[in-house]
Amino acid sequence: MTIKLFLSQTDTRPMYLQIMAQIRQKVMVGDWKAGYQLPSIREMAAAVGVSVITVKRAYLELERENVIYTQQGRGSFIAEADELSNQLRFAELDEKIQQVLSAAQQLGLSSADTLERMNVQLTLADKLKK
Amino acid sequence: MNNEMAITLTNVSKSFKYFSLNNINLALPTGQIMGFVGANGAGKSTTIRIIMGLMQADSGYVEVLGKSMPTHQTLLKQDIGFSSEEMKLYGSENLAWHIGFIKSIYPDWHDAYCQKLLKAFDLNLEQKLKQFSKGQYIKAQLLLVLARQPKLLVLDEPSTGLDPVARQEVMQELALILKDEERTVLFSSHNTSDVEKISDQITFIDRGSIIDSNDKESFLENWRKIQVELPVDHLMIPIANTISIEQEGRLAAITTNQFSPSIIDACQQQNIKVLAVDLMSLEEIFLANVNYRRQGENK
Repeated sequence: MTIKLFLSQTDTRPMYLQIMAQIRQKVMVGDWKAGYQLPSIREMAAAVGVSVITVKRAYLELERENVIYTQQGRGSFIAEADELSNQLRFAELDEKIQQVLSAAQQLGLSSADTLERMNVQLTLADKLKK
Repeated sequence: MNNEMAITLTNVSKSFKYFSLNNINLALPTGQIMGFVGANGAGKSTTIRIIMGLMQADSGYVEVLGKSMPTHQTLLKQDIGFSSEEMKLYGSENLAWHIGFIKSIYPDWHDAYCQKLLKAFDLNLEQKLKQFSKGQYIKAQLLLVLARQPKLLVLDEPSTGLDPVARQEVMQELALILKDEERTVLFSSHNTSDVEKISDQITFIDRGSIIDSNDKESFLENWRKIQVELPVDHLMIPIANTISIEQEGRLAAITTNQFSPSIIDACQQQNIKVLAVDLMSLEEIFLANVNYRRQGENK
């Protein structure tokens, strides 16, 4: 089996986060479905050209997020959760919204003002669609 | 126009039994620093030897600082500083002796700058050269060239074999040279991160041919890696200006060397969702470039 992850040297995120994002991406598009067995940590490390520790970290964090589960001695699998792919898409969106909110906070905007600005952008986007 | 060029190579070729340089064209404007990047055995040193007049090209024309090479090499060498790993210093003498020797040949020697370099490179004047570490030896070679403040510096792999601290010291000095806009540097390297940091111009060479040459900003601006999500059961249709497409399942990465928004539009027309558009490091650009050209050759 070929394992291909698209990692970038100019991406400033640590490697384990990039690996996590790529695995989530595979789940989101349905390439890796519920119950799919992930490559072993060593296989993955060898294929991607990163250290075993890095892959281990990525798998551990994904396990914590309930994207994958690990069975001792058998390996890691994509979680059987309903609608995992959709959940991940929404989680990704929520993360972006969080970034917007923290940027608004840094500018000292109140919640009402933040919402107000969001609405302005929404109206703009709607207009562009038409 | 040629007097604005520190180095011009026009259709330069040179053949050996197992290797040949093919039709090299290269132009380095005065006041710029060019990184000359290639794998081991790509032809970097051969090209540099031809530029320095140490080797005669079979055909083509070489002009350095406005004069033809190797015809005017004796005169030109007053104004060129050349350093390469193959150049040997006298092991049984110390650095002070070497400085005195070079100073006697080149009247333009700058004592104050030499003192500054001795400090910056952390070199001992009294120690015999054969007791120098590899890094100290390379730094000593560079010092002897730099302190002459030649108009043109040609450095073959100046950073190879240096530890990160020494490499930073050397790269820093090379960058500082460009404060004087009359001075020009050509340096070869297989270390793309050094080149990425200090070069204005970058030239890639592979298997004896120049495969790309441009200013650094254009390189970094034009090359992108685009991550996309393909519609179900959709094979990737080739898109203009793409160098390579790697695909696994519904995810793919498109590499382009002429990025423009029209590529994104072309994706959207095919119902391909663009997930990310990433800049590429010089190393990624170099590798993608070499692989692309080699594939072309093998076809």
